[in-house]
Amino acid sequence: MSNILIQARGLGVTRNGRQILQHADLTLETGKIVTLIGPNGAGKTTLVRAVLGLIKVDQGNIEKAPGLRIGYMPQKLHIDASLPLSVARFLALGGAPRVDLDEIVQLTGISELINQPMQLLSGGETQRVLLARALLRDPQLLVLDEPVQGVDVTGQSALYALINEIRNRRHCGVLLVSHDLHLVMATTDTVICLNQHVCCQGHPEQVTNDPAYLALFGEITGNTSAPQVAIYTHHHDHQHDDHGNVIQGGKNKFIHRHGPGCGDSCEHHHG
Amino acid sequence: MVDFLLLALLAGIAVALVAGPLGAFAVWRRMAYFGDTLAHSALLGVTFGLLLDINLNLAIALGCLLLALILVGLQHNRFLATDTLLGILSHSTLALGLVCVSVFSENRIDLLAYLFGDILAVSQGDVIGIWVISLGVLAALIWLWRPLLAITVHEELAQVEGVPVVRVRTALMLLMALVIAIAMKVVGVLLITALLIIPAAASRRLTRTPEQMAVIASLLGTIAVIAGLGASFWWDSPAGPAIVLSATLMFCLTLFRKQQG
Repeated sequence: MSNILIQARGLGVTRNGRQILQHADLTLETGKIVTLIGPNGAGKTTLVRAVLGLIKVDQGNIEKAPGLRIGYMPQKLHIDASLPLSVARFLALGGAPRVDLDEIVQLTGISELINQPMQLLSGGETQRVLLARALLRDPQLLVLDEPVQGVDVTGQSALYALINEIRNRRHCGVLLVSHDLHLVMATTDTVICLNQHVCCQGHPEQVTNDPAYLALFGEITGNTSAPQVAIYTHHHDHQHDDHGNVIQGGKNKFIHRHGPGCGDSCEHHHG
Repeated sequence: MVDFLLLALLAGIAVALVAGPLGAFAVWRRMAYFGDTLAHSALLGVTFGLLLDINLNLAIALGCLLLALILVGLQHNRFLATDTLLGILSHSTLALGLVCVSVFSENRIDLLAYLFGDILAVSQGDVIGIWVISLGVLAALIWLWRPLLAITVHEELAQVEGVPVVRVRTALMLLMALVIAIAMKVVGVLLITALLIIPAAASRRLTRTPEQMAVIASLLGTIAVIAGLGASFWWDSPAGPAIVLSATLMFCLTLFRKQQG
């Protein structure tokens, strides 16, 4: 049996005459974590929505393993205050659970919240409830759209540790969208940097080997043994003009410039 | 008890029962304006019914269903914000309806009865028709309950989980169009949204689950119908507005109660 869950080739999406995504390839496999990074407007969400089948692509094709079950954790959840909905009811809306509800509730640490109204949850609590709902489907693939957005550093580490534990236990594939261009989940197998097309991809560096990083992240996460984030070093062989279009760089010199969405926050390690 | 009052009561209760859960969805999904637009278009249905000489109830229902489908189609098109679009359609269909009714009907119909309802004039046939539609819509709502709630909470999440979102959303709009067509007899074009929204909103503070909210909304709507008809019988007030005011009074009373979960 093949380990490939989703194989997308040459995806292109055009909306209102603007190319949002072009020639994007993506392979998702059982037990592997893929992190998608890129500046705002780079098409990360578009790529995820294409993979989920929420939008039609204009070019390319997406092959899915037959009967693939996807657990999806959306970026935002807004429930109108007029809807009385407890966490338990919210979880039940996903249909009959395929795995033990109590186990998932324990795993995601939401047992205290189960009778609370959804609207009273904090950002981090909402993320864990959304994760629980995705897990109840016993997914072969977990798709997490910016799961640590709006979560503090400690919560971020806890969530990454949890995602890693889920991957190890259930052996599902994970596609993770990250809002940070450089700090990615440490156990990520592949990082894909997207800016309309795939700019570069590779493994994050093992910060655990570097005492300086170790000290820094140990301090931040309050845990000196295993930092949950790692640095991803970009290796770009081209640059983008102000419209995000590719300008071929000279002879793999690793120079690159960013599109308008990237702003001043870029502090890449350039080759 | 007088016969016409009994018929009015039966018709009003049938509408209130189905308006409860449907009104709850209208509140949760912020569809109040959508309901208004459909209701206003019902007047156009009256005109076409007269012009084509078909049953007026059927013409109203078809008019509402048609507009609901047009709205579903237009909402995919993001060139204008939904409320702008609804504002244009809502008031132009109302204006067109008013013009058409006065030009084409040659005073054969009572405009006020369509604008504010004429529940005291319902016939036995009307009552049977209203109950059939009401029970049918209730059955459909129960059948579609979980997918409807799922798309209300998060449409894309529901879609990934296998809910046919577009079909369920279209079904909700069509059900609403049907209920508006039968509610028109009771409270009239201008007050239909009130009958949907107010009992559901009043029910919010008294309940902890979506199902409770829907059922209590039906109950409050039924009480409003009984109270409104009572006021109409004893004080000779117009029935439709009296029903809406009774619901409003109950809503105001719930404001004194502390919010439940």
